[in-house]
Amino acid sequence: MPSVRQIKRRIRSVQNTAKITKAMSMIAASKMRRSQEMASRGRPYSDRMRDLLAHLSAQPRDEESVHPLLRQREVRRVGVVHITPDRGLTGGLNSNINRSIAQFILDSNNSSDVVAVGKKGRDFLSQGGQKVKAAFSDLGDRPSLLDTTPISSIVIQDYTHENLDSVYISYAKFVSTTVQTPVIYPLLPVIPSELRPEDAVGYIYEPSSDEVLSNLLPRYVEMQIYHAILESIASEQSARMVAMQNATDSANEMIDDLTLVMNKARQESITTELLDIVSGAVAVEA
Amino acid sequence: MSTIQLDIVTAERLLFSELVEGVVVPGEIGELTILPRHAPLLSSLKSGELRVITGGEERYIAISGGFMEVLGNTITVLADTAERSEEIDIERAEEAFKVAQEEMESAVSDVDLQKALASLRRSRIRIKVARRKRSNTPTIQT
Repeated sequence: MPSVRQIKRRIRSVQNTAKITKAMSMIAASKMRRSQEMASRGRPYSDRMRDLLAHLSAQPRDEESVHPLLRQREVRRVGVVHITPDRGLTGGLNSNINRSIAQFILDSNNSSDVVAVGKKGRDFLSQGGQKVKAAFSDLGDRPSLLDTTPISSIVIQDYTHENLDSVYISYAKFVSTTVQTPVIYPLLPVIPSELRPEDAVGYIYEPSSDEVLSNLLPRYVEMQIYHAILESIASEQSARMVAMQNATDSANEMIDDLTLVMNKARQESITTELLDIVSGAVAVEA
Repeated sequence: MSTIQLDIVTAERLLFSELVEGVVVPGEIGELTILPRHAPLLSSLKSGELRVITGGEERYIAISGGFMEVLGNTITVLADTAERSEEIDIERAEEAFKVAQEEMESAVSDVDLQKALASLRRSRIRIKVARRKRSNTPTIQT
């Protein structure tokens, strides 16, 4: 049985932990709101871009002049852009995304090249013996589009030089504050959405539809990567918020239990002392 | 006076959304002026200065590349980056210009050089646009 003082010390240390986790959870909550806002502010841009892409790719063109990023070919080498947080304390999030990419690499019959964004994914992959082609980290909580363009230029270059025949992107999709699911979806070749016939407009193209398209495609890829990164940040923050909230709750529970134990110990010590005194008094009287 | 809706969006935010009398954009092959009731148009833009004509005044926005779509009396500019002249901190822009110059001189690889050149171009436009707000008399573009 630990002494009252020992238990007291223990309670104080748990209280300190609870304070820290509570602060972390609150910080994560505000960061999450901000990153969600960022992701939604970029939506008009990405929506317009998707529409323009649909228009441009609906333009008739012959087989050879298809833009390299739209061209599909037989898949021999697969590339994956794996987006993870830089930091831990996110509950099961990091291991979930890493498990999902590991499964993906094992399942694909082709050799895979990975571009890791975020320290957690990079460390996981290099420990597992997977070759990491390039690694990016410390993008911060509010990356700008310019911060993320080097990532897209690597995959775009590899795709156009036929080092890779298809590229996927893997990240934690933000479903809700409590749910983040790892997703992997194809990035390259770009598959434009179908243009509805009633939406078709006879645009004037400047300089030409091919040139506009070849300007648009790399930006489209950049934007998709940028969005995935923003979403992954929102996921990270919300996972951390929930994890830290749980930690605070269980710390408080632990404090309650320890207080109970401490009170019991105190009472016990009082009882023994009383017994001593009483039995002493009885001995004197007798 | 007839007007046309102008929306300027970047991947990070919606920068501008107002009815304007016209806009001059830096098109890929030269400047373009879009007035109300323009035919549908899709153009790539290069880095430069975008001039918004509204209420007889001109306002300036620095953009670094992107696209413009004109459709049914709405102009949508999808810019890589965009900043209003009021937002630009001229001292910081000049600082960035110097840094970019130094980076360009010390660049070892092609990638570094490209990066430095891009930021050099960007800061030059930003300085130009920022100066606009100081001297309110619009100068003629060269």
